[in-house]
Amino acid sequence: MAGEKQVETTGALGWIDHRFPLTSTIKAHLSEYYAPKNFNFWYFFGSLAMLVLVLQIVTGIFLVMHYKPDAAYAFDSVEYIMREVPGGWFMRYMHSTGASMFFVVVYLHMTRALIYGSYRKPRELVWIFGVGIFLTLMAEAFLGYLLPWGQMSFWGAQVIVNLFAAIPFIGPELAIWIRGDYVVSDATLNRFFALHVIAIPLVLLGLVGAHIVALHEVGSNNPDGIDIKAKKDIYGRPLDGIPFHPYYTVHDIMGAAGFFIVFMAIVFFAPEMGGYFLEFNNFIPADPLKTPPHIAPVWYFTPFYSMLRAVTDQFTWVMAAAAGIAAVMMFFKTKGFWKIAVPVILLLIAVTMRTVDAKFWGVVVMGGAVVLLFFLPWLDHSPVRSIRYRPSWHKTLYGIFFINFVILGYLGTQAPTDVFNLMSQIGTVIYLGFFFLMPIWSRMGEFKPVPDRVVYHAH
Amino acid sequence: MSQDTTVKQDEEGAAPLTLPPDPSRRMWIGATCAVGGVAGAAMALPFVGSFAPSEKAKAAGAAVEVDISMLRPGELLTVEWRGKPVWVIRRTPEQVAALPALNNQLADPNSERPGITPEYARNDWRSRKPEIWVGVAICTHLGCSPTPKFTPGAQPSLPADWQGGSLCPCHGSNFDMAGRVYKNKPAPDNLEVPPYQYVTDSRILIGVDENNPA
Repeated sequence: MAGEKQVETTGALGWIDHRFPLTSTIKAHLSEYYAPKNFNFWYFFGSLAMLVLVLQIVTGIFLVMHYKPDAAYAFDSVEYIMREVPGGWFMRYMHSTGASMFFVVVYLHMTRALIYGSYRKPRELVWIFGVGIFLTLMAEAFLGYLLPWGQMSFWGAQVIVNLFAAIPFIGPELAIWIRGDYVVSDATLNRFFALHVIAIPLVLLGLVGAHIVALHEVGSNNPDGIDIKAKKDIYGRPLDGIPFHPYYTVHDIMGAAGFFIVFMAIVFFAPEMGGYFLEFNNFIPADPLKTPPHIAPVWYFTPFYSMLRAVTDQFTWVMAAAAGIAAVMMFFKTKGFWKIAVPVILLLIAVTMRTVDAKFWGVVVMGGAVVLLFFLPWLDHSPVRSIRYRPSWHKTLYGIFFINFVILGYLGTQAPTDVFNLMSQIGTVIYLGFFFLMPIWSRMGEFKPVPDRVVYHAH
Repeated sequence: MSQDTTVKQDEEGAAPLTLPPDPSRRMWIGATCAVGGVAGAAMALPFVGSFAPSEKAKAAGAAVEVDISMLRPGELLTVEWRGKPVWVIRRTPEQVAALPALNNQLADPNSERPGITPEYARNDWRSRKPEIWVGVAICTHLGCSPTPKFTPGAQPSLPADWQGGSLCPCHGSNFDMAGRVYKNKPAPDNLEVPPYQYVTDSRILIGVDENNPA
């Protein structure tokens, strides 16, 4: 018939291709998507994150079939799943372990992006969608943690919802609006269930789609941080690229097998992970009149939680001083209109740091620590992408940053003491300093020459 | 150029790829989109509104009556009011007498910050009667319930010269025996004193006072 689409395929596949871009989509995203051939261990974590997402959705669907989102029944229905639903314990432990492993995988995936400069031009949007996924994932994990309706569920939600109450003027009303009640209650549980099961997963899937489409538009980065599209063969294929399918699909199946060995070992032998994956206090039903003697969020939130706790009244002096110094520096560094505007804004912020409650600034620091990541592509001014070709002392800086992040995470799980408070204040300064001073330090030092082709040793 | 003007077409009926701008059409397209957008945005209102507390939740705020005749000195009674824990403490005369000595270590010793302490509790002991203290045991930082630490002396997470009071387990804010917060702690305010009044010497009504009728 005239005007019909010309396709190369025949038979059933040809019939489909006439009506739907099946073959061309598979080619664009799998069999003719060229990924650099020098991917290393770090590059497993992107596909593993997808795997955990699927695992969470599937186990989640089956948990919803037995769970009751009602303050009077929620705790008991979780125990019912654990003890009486055939295989229910397996579904639930996969879901709870999956939540923690999701963050393990995502944190490692983000570490990879940091050290190899995968957020640099032209991959800014890949990174921004990724940080969006991280934020959405945090919301998803937090909302889901209320559902078992244990003591940690209840008091964790109480603390996090009250973070919003710290916002000046509208805060208290906003917190009531989020809870749907004056304290965390049945109304809160019901809406958190709806958000955890429907709303946030839809957003998450949309962002994951955008993340992958953006990645395939610009192509994957690699451990050398060089552009493989610069050197092509006579057919226009990158010389250092290999088709994602079959090379990386097979490679990632091996990664998935390794991951499942660890994952199932946790599910079967240590699902509580010593109180880090499932906190012991959460085996006690929620009691609105009694906060457990020690409450801490689940491990994946603790670095940010430490930063929240670090901001005391005294600490706002440090922040105000830092804003003041930044104002002076911006006065000498910028030109024109901004020469006056930026320092004035910074000085106003410095003043409000001392006039508004430290509680509000704690929330700002905690939120800011995540939001700061969105700006990373524009904070890094180093002439090379990968850590491999940066000055050696940059590696030390990154090392300090990662160790500091782990220490902050540890401190967040512990009961507050004066020494720990001081440590988390120092840690907060290191974390924020790393990013805020990045425009200065990232261009300093002796950079190593970047090779034309990727470094690759065949095994 | 108005909508009535016909676009010039060639003999096969094809219009040129680029046409001159038509301000009138653009205005109407813009207006349609803007009105449609406003209508769409307004649709969000009922959904946003449904998040507010239901009539049932609002009605659950009734006053609570407490019998304190069995409460001995140094003891604490927790009652639930509006879903929150309210502490009724019968302090010993020594504990009451020790309160003013702490003033220089406290963030708001005279309870001057608005909205936290009713007029009749703005005194050295933050209560209507010196011995009986009534307060909402919800930390003003992020809403945890503090743990009673009435025994003085050095203890984990507390200063060495601890005079008795309470400790928030979440972020380490300390409060004295009148619910007043120590300086340089995450909590910005003292523990809230709810409206309350004495029905008889041994019965307290929480949630009602001169300014908050039942």
